[in-house]
Amino acid sequence: MSQSYNRGLIEDFSRWREFEAGMWAWIFHKFTGWVLIGYLFTHIAVLSTGIPAAGASEAAIMAGEDVYTQTIVSLESLLLVRLLEVGLLAVAVFHMLNGTRLLLVDLGVGLESQNKSFYASLILTGAITVASVPTFIAGAF
Amino acid sequence: MSTQIPKQTEESSETETDAEVASKGDERRTEKRRRAAEERARRQAEEAEKAAADEDTIELKVFRYDPEVEGKQEPRFDTFHVPFTKGMTVLDALMYSRDNYDSSLTFRHSCRQAVCGSDAMFVNGGQKLACKTQIVELEEPIRVEPLPHAEVEKDLVVDMEHFYDQMEAVEPYFQTNEYPDGELEEQRQTRENREKVKMSTRCIWCGACMSSCNIAAGDNEYLGPAAINKAYRFAMDEREGEEVKQKRLEIIEQEHGVWRCQTQFSCTEVCPKDIPLTEHIQELKREAVKNNLKFW
Repeated sequence: MSQSYNRGLIEDFSRWREFEAGMWAWIFHKFTGWVLIGYLFTHIAVLSTGIPAAGASEAAIMAGEDVYTQTIVSLESLLLVRLLEVGLLAVAVFHMLNGTRLLLVDLGVGLESQNKSFYASLILTGAITVASVPTFIAGAF
Repeated sequence: MSTQIPKQTEESSETETDAEVASKGDERRTEKRRRAAEERARRQAEEAEKAAADEDTIELKVFRYDPEVEGKQEPRFDTFHVPFTKGMTVLDALMYSRDNYDSSLTFRHSCRQAVCGSDAMFVNGGQKLACKTQIVELEEPIRVEPLPHAEVEKDLVVDMEHFYDQMEAVEPYFQTNEYPDGELEEQRQTRENREKVKMSTRCIWCGACMSSCNIAAGDNEYLGPAAINKAYRFAMDEREGEEVKQKRLEIIEQEHGVWRCQTQFSCTEVCPKDIPLTEHIQELKREAVKNNLKFW
């Protein structure tokens, strides 16, 4: 039903404010999914530094002077990277929990409480993220 | 207040022109009619002013648009102040506005009791059936707009043709080739089976679910929640028999059938008849999978 008739006023009039839980869950799931795909590629890029590092001498590896260790150490020394890691955890945890919720929805289990399970996965994500902060930020300052 | 075409002639008409062409009866009559219309507009404006000042009125902001009238081609919102009465619905308020303030206000309605399904509208940001939405449950001012993702014909009236096409695509009528023995034997349904399809039979074709569906908005070929629910109603009906069920599953498991649903639950939230649409769509998905799974 999307014949392109621009209703201007009505179509873009802050409809997102009226979204229900299921819609938010869908949007967050899409968003976190794309973030995870994006992360996957940077992850591969960082891990690939291990290929030249493998050719380094035993001593260099032991001393932590190979490319791989250097890359990881320099990345971890940045506060921004630490913060992004916390964000990544939040994104991954939400995607997992909501994915479980969607699995139940697909199986037809508890469809009446789908909004509650969305809120539950939000709260749980928040709790896990907050709990992880000390671990991720330790030694960053 | 009035939303008819703005009257530009109001000022000039004050001068008396009767003397010059007094002989023509026609002109006198049109003049009379014009004056009566002016008088009516003035009275309505006064009434509206009074209503606006009154404590016990509700503020209604209504979407106005009419491609055929010059003054209304640009969509806009009009404000109406309607005296509140206990038990008033959005439809009642709209009817009051139409009857007392602006007779050009256009919207569909018929039974006024949530059976005919003509008055699904976008009220305060949600698809609602105007006749079953209580004013007291809404925040003021109440914004009434036509259903999103459908072409507006005029004011609150949208083109439902596409919705009806999708409904008809699933063949929404009972078909079978399994008849009971005996010429006059009835086609009996078990109580359990009736319970199973009970909620899905309640659809009133109002189109609220289709309008709320994000996927249907982006994919014109998607059957939409209402049509799939209709398919569910018959696919789950045991009296139709295996062969017809197979045919029904073929319709719903097409590319733009059940698989387009991404379980946003928007349709289930807005359905004025509380049909568990998402649940029905999910069940049909499982049926479709079971139907196609072969291990040899």
